[in-house]
Amino acid sequence: MSVLQGINPNIRKMKQLEYGALASRANQIKEERHYKEVIDVSWGDSHRAGVKPLTFVRQVLAACVYPPLINSNNLPLDVRQRAQKQLGTCAGGSVGSYTETAGVSEIIHSISEFIKRRDGGIPSQPENIYISAGSQWSIGNILHVLVNSEASPKTGVLIPVPCHITTAVSITGLGAVTVPYYLSEEQAWALQVEELQRALESAKGVCNPVALYVINPGNPTGYVQSRKSVQEVIRFASEKGLFLLVDEVYQDSVYGENSEFVSYKRALSEMGPPFSGTVELASFHSVSKGFLGECGLRSGYVELVNLDPAVMNYIQTLFSKDSSSPVLGQIALDLMTDPPKPGDPSYPLYNQVGTLELYLLRTSQHYNLPGLSCPPIGGGFYAFVRLHLTPKSIQKSKELGLQPDTFYCMKLLEEGGVLTTPGCEYGQKEGTYHIRYNTQIDKLMSLGGKKKKIHV
Amino acid sequence: MSATRMQMLSSRSVRLLSRGRNEMLAGRSGAQRPGGDPRTRSLTCPPLSSSSSPGRALSSLSATRRGLPKEKMSENGIMSRAKVLTIDTMNPTVKKVEYAVRGPIVQRAVELERELSEGMKKPFAEVIRANIGDAHAMGQQPITFFRQVLALCSYPELLSDSTFPEDTKSRACRILQSCGGNSMGSYSASQGIDSVRQDVASYIVRRDGGVPCDPNNIYLTTGASDGIMTMLKLLVCGEGTTRTGVMIPIPQYPLYSAALAELGAVQINYFLNEEKCWSLDITELQRAVNEARQHCNPRALCIINPGNPTGQVQSRQCIEDVIRFAAKERLFLMADEVYQDNVYAEGCQFHSFKKVLFEMEPEYAETVELASFHSTSKCYMGECGFRGGYMEIINMDDEVKDQLTKLLSVRLCPPVPGQALMDLVVNPPQPGEPSYDTFIKERTATLSALAEKAKLTEQVLNTVQGISCNPVQGAMYSFPRITIPEKAIKEATEKGQQPDMFYCMKMLEETGICLVPGSGFGQKDGTYHFRMTILPPTDKLKILLNKVKEFHQRFIQQYS
Repeated sequence: MSVLQGINPNIRKMKQLEYGALASRANQIKEERHYKEVIDVSWGDSHRAGVKPLTFVRQVLAACVYPPLINSNNLPLDVRQRAQKQLGTCAGGSVGSYTETAGVSEIIHSISEFIKRRDGGIPSQPENIYISAGSQWSIGNILHVLVNSEASPKTGVLIPVPCHITTAVSITGLGAVTVPYYLSEEQAWALQVEELQRALESAKGVCNPVALYVINPGNPTGYVQSRKSVQEVIRFASEKGLFLLVDEVYQDSVYGENSEFVSYKRALSEMGPPFSGTVELASFHSVSKGFLGECGLRSGYVELVNLDPAVMNYIQTLFSKDSSSPVLGQIALDLMTDPPKPGDPSYPLYNQVGTLELYLLRTSQHYNLPGLSCPPIGGGFYAFVRLHLTPKSIQKSKELGLQPDTFYCMKLLEEGGVLTTPGCEYGQKEGTYHIRYNTQIDKLMSLGGKKKKIHV
Repeated sequence: MSATRMQMLSSRSVRLLSRGRNEMLAGRSGAQRPGGDPRTRSLTCPPLSSSSSPGRALSSLSATRRGLPKEKMSENGIMSRAKVLTIDTMNPTVKKVEYAVRGPIVQRAVELERELSEGMKKPFAEVIRANIGDAHAMGQQPITFFRQVLALCSYPELLSDSTFPEDTKSRACRILQSCGGNSMGSYSASQGIDSVRQDVASYIVRRDGGVPCDPNNIYLTTGASDGIMTMLKLLVCGEGTTRTGVMIPIPQYPLYSAALAELGAVQINYFLNEEKCWSLDITELQRAVNEARQHCNPRALCIINPGNPTGQVQSRQCIEDVIRFAAKERLFLMADEVYQDNVYAEGCQFHSFKKVLFEMEPEYAETVELASFHSTSKCYMGECGFRGGYMEIINMDDEVKDQLTKLLSVRLCPPVPGQALMDLVVNPPQPGEPSYDTFIKERTATLSALAEKAKLTEQVLNTVQGISCNPVQGAMYSFPRITIPEKAIKEATEKGQQPDMFYCMKMLEETGICLVPGSGFGQKDGTYHFRMTILPPTDKLKILLNKVKEFHQRFIQQYS
């Protein structure tokens, strides 16, 4: 018998993903069949979906990795200058060195300037910013500070339903409890404070809620909160003594008419005292989404607002034992927050690609076929499409021991060669079924065609 | 391992708290003891009781939620509401985390660097960061082949650039083909890119003279630390006397103690034998585990080979003995082998735990559970910034492996450039390939320079009365023993500092050399050490060692 029969029980409680089975089947199909490819729209992964990396970013990274390129006339001048500047901030002039725990200080400065510009001039303190290997890594560290796994009753974290899988699973793994609040499908997945209240009530006697996790723009929903909505949530968190964890990684992907991204930091600051100086907020951003789509570099940051300075000391130590985050990813963050400007040689190409992304079809009319429906999407990378399944298909899925939407995804994969993820992965109201697509893909038109075919 | 005591926070420190981060942290010269220092807490809240029991935390939260505003006056006179996250309500285990390598002395070094750059006069021209195993920071050059391939992977248009050798191009293409969308910017599978894992497995087979390796047992990680942390997360469970205990060497690389503190596991110390060149004695392992069984459930044994900070390279016999011990005591073995190419001493050789295990009788080879860790940060590559690493898991139950996979998927995947780099490390240029000659030349130069510096360090430090340095058999550090005069110990204690921290701080202020005190790694009571890297270029190292010598002599003089 294994020594490791006894393992951390919180890890056992972590949800096993439906995705695993679908991904395995997709791999088999690629090998068995004559599909040129399986169209993979299951991840929020731009490059996998066919979006090309930004030339400027990749040129700078290449020159940083192999500095002789800085003298190469094949690269634009601004690329070479930027690479030289980056290397000047690396110990020993190498991207192979560790950096300061929170990240290269010049890059943190770029990030704080970016935040300030984004938020209409509201300053951002560099000492409140930590770079880490992806937003999930910093979410994990902050959760780790919030959650006392030995506490009784257990620590609770309010999370939306539907919700990005990873954070929910992380919370369970740390020995905390997720307290679901349901987003309103009828209102395009809006967040309603009354529902937050209900969720908090439901936690009484069950757990000790300490934090409220919000994703804006939403994943998988694509809902973009209005300023008013953001302020309502802030007020709620303040009244109820909740720490705000705000996942804003899709902030650069907002395209719905009447949708505008307002950061929690900005809304908080504009609310003035007592909120602006007291509500504790951690907001997360990343290079994985937006225009860069550099998921594989693993880089993101957290901005911590209004935290107790004594706690910040501990956070510093906690991050320090991770050494430092990947340097190429840190450089990508710098390029994201301090991109080429008008007049720079790389500007025209950089700017063109940014607007090209919006050209891809994303409106929800595409999904309004019989049996499918989807509210207007404000932003983000996905469509979270409602499946109106027939009793027959639900019955069949039960016979196979599958969730009805997982069964649908399997069929879509088998017959259409398209890999998606089922709504049950994200949470949904009992008796409803959904499917999530990455909407970035170039082949969306043909994808739509395939969907139509299968559904009938 | 004793914690560095908290310095009294004077009003000067209050001012520091509102300035830049490094300055703020410099005011805190050590980690908190459990429960914290009441004087610290008075800065942020009124004198609440110092208990951090969950019950207390809960009731203080409910008071807030009942709408009773907890208005408080902090020391700088600003009224504020009760925070949700305070040192009373936060996860108590996080408060116990210390990581000396990036700890208080480094914060002071950063401050000094800033002061120097602002033109302040100091008894030294530069701060030397000899505290951290960062080769490139100290001027070591990257391997050309690795950087060329990675540049091609970053910007594939360079494939048409004739200045890149053909073999770098074919490698880059191979790597890109295994990435989603042919881009390093795609997520990979959580366990790592398949083809890279296969290459790692092939490397292990070659390294271990034909001992088989299953790619399914290979997990790519974000540096070795990620793998170590993940394994520990997986196996820590139980409570009270059944709480998981993990055996770690003293002295150790403080990631282990930090991780165990964070996870609330029980740290079981086994002392390496300084008199015998930091060797590992099974009798000491036995003593440690017997004693530990009285108050916890020992489940794992960590070993660092070659050692950090000690540099000792374990003999094959010793490794076998450790394996037998682990089998007998039903312990999961964690073998940290990140310095496997850093072996310098005559008569010393790296033996992987995996190889030794598989060459033992089936009752061991088929049952002892082992995780071995490697990284791109050390050896001759020194690519710390890429965060590349892998672990090989042997004899783990499939069911437990599933749980491991689940845990790993939470951080999505390791950085793809680091995975690509690991692929090159395990699959370097072969004889006949265009890049081979340069590669061999560079690798040999780096490793022989390190060997030379290891020897030099041992020699020079041993000429100093009051410093005694074991041979640096491997890794990247010296960990000499220093005698500290009684008078100095007394002054240190009055300041609330560990004597070796006191010593190292003085050295930093007088010479600009940043080392890590032995108390950061653990040491026998009443002994003092420091850890210094052997990484600076040889001529600079000579100067450094002489400065250390001079400082020590002055220090002894001053406190005699």
